[in-house]
Amino acid sequence: MVENPDEGHAPLVEANTARYKSEVRSLSFYYGAFSALKNINMKLHEKQVTALIGPSGCGKSTFLRCFNRMHDLYPGNRYVGEIILYPDNVNILSRDVDPIEVRMRISMVFQKPNPFPKSIYENVAYGLRVRGIRQRAILDEKVEEALRDAALWDEVKDRLNQLAFNLSGGQQQRLCIARALATDPEILLFDEPTSALDPIATASIEELITDLKDKVTILIVTHNMQQAARVSDYTAYMYLGELIEFDVTDTIFIKPKNKQTEDYITGRFG
Amino acid sequence: MRSPVIAQPPEEVSGSKRLAYRYRRHLGERFIETLLFLMAFASVAITIAIVAMLVKESFIFFEHVSLWDFLTDTQWTPLFDDAHYGILPLVSGTVVSSAVALLVAIPLGTITAIYLSEFAPFGVREAAKPFLELLGGVPTVVYGYFALLFVTPLLQKILPELPGFSLLSAGLVMGIMIIPYVSSMAEDAMRAVPMNLREGSYAMGATRFQTAIRVVMPAAFSGIAAAYILGISRAVGETMVVAVAAGMQPNLTWNPMEPAATITAYIVQVSLGDLPHGSIGYQTIFAAGLTLLLLTLTFNIIGHFLRKRYREVY
Repeated sequence: MVENPDEGHAPLVEANTARYKSEVRSLSFYYGAFSALKNINMKLHEKQVTALIGPSGCGKSTFLRCFNRMHDLYPGNRYVGEIILYPDNVNILSRDVDPIEVRMRISMVFQKPNPFPKSIYENVAYGLRVRGIRQRAILDEKVEEALRDAALWDEVKDRLNQLAFNLSGGQQQRLCIARALATDPEILLFDEPTSALDPIATASIEELITDLKDKVTILIVTHNMQQAARVSDYTAYMYLGELIEFDVTDTIFIKPKNKQTEDYITGRFG
Repeated sequence: MRSPVIAQPPEEVSGSKRLAYRYRRHLGERFIETLLFLMAFASVAITIAIVAMLVKESFIFFEHVSLWDFLTDTQWTPLFDDAHYGILPLVSGTVVSSAVALLVAIPLGTITAIYLSEFAPFGVREAAKPFLELLGGVPTVVYGYFALLFVTPLLQKILPELPGFSLLSAGLVMGIMIIPYVSSMAEDAMRAVPMNLREGSYAMGATRFQTAIRVVMPAAFSGIAAAYILGISRAVGETMVVAVAAGMQPNLTWNPMEPAATITAYIVQVSLGDLPHGSIGYQTIFAAGLTLLLLTLTFNIIGHFLRKRYREVY
């Protein structure tokens, strides 16, 4: 290390940038001519859980799906603005960035559990296999690690070669989380991950999300405000494609600054 | 209705009228149900009748020729003075021509289905489907002459020793003919795979090709298997192409470069009417027809079990 007269100041700047995993800058999104997201600006805090809440059709899922360029799969979709991924300052919405590269770094768990028609093992190994990893030892290790992180290992370790469809709904969703974790993503996106699950399975997924934030930055869309309050550190309230308010979860739920947010939180609307 | 009805208390009237009305409606329902049942039953009845007829007529045949000779004799010469009734030459012709056809139709049909279902932009798919359907709508006799007068001469340029009639040429054209059946059924099966499975694969960083091969195809396996089975049944049952382009001499061979007759081609030949009604030669076509039926039935049963075994569970 070189001695620096600004030494006292430098760590502060360092700490500031390190706190953010991603920054959204004037993001707008269009389905054809329909403007689904309008000029969104926000920052994702590293290794924290950020929840997106808002009434149906407010654009929260659309926003989430910008982070792994899911919209590229369908024709007529258009992004305007930037999503910067730290620490390398790359705009993942740039035309020069391959969406597959983005999805290699940002994984996603869907609303409905969607295991592939393969064995439990191969479901978890899928992301590694599409990256060309074939060595059995590496696959075995990663699969076990991901299943342990998804709190599923003990339930499935004796039947890794069985078809994933034989698992219960909650187990399938944890399998999908394990699948997403196996590739060591930097950000994990959850799109209403518990809306198809019963209360007990929901509780186990929520617990898992809280545990996972030591490893990965999490962005979660949820319909359920209590869920947002339980699992998240930061909450963004969206309405009609706009980001109305973004703050620490406690602030949003206890004393929101915006009247619209307050009305939604208190159940007067939505 | 009748005038006294008006004088009666309203509840009673409406009650009895409603009952009568319901009863009438019920009769109407019964009538329609019966009609629908009879229509549905007709196809079953016709199938049973065909099988019964084939079995009955084959019975007459097997009174003259033993089942053992039928299954083991290596010659099929019912029209000669020295008549032999071994089905093997016809079975070999059928198997070889079908195998050639499937070697063409299954890979090409599958690739076409993958392309149309997973890669083709909407416009291309909409433009390509009518052409594929047209391919399936060309009369098979046209394919037969296409094989005989275009494909065979073309093949002879590469393989000079190829005779004018061959199982290879007939099989190749039959394969082209079957592509649309295989591709359209396989494509339907793949398109029925829900989008959330594909999205799951893309979200893991998979390419289109990886998604198609590793996720969509396994998920659509039972439908794709059904498409292959249909293709096999079409190939085994195909008549005109082999009758025109493969020659009509029964020939026990496993070499596609030779001419041979298939079961279907033989039935056509006899049905043309060279043989007197009721003669033993004439009865042979029923035995041959029964063999053909059993062959396709076997494939359909295999297909049924494949479908049950690998039923889609999304």
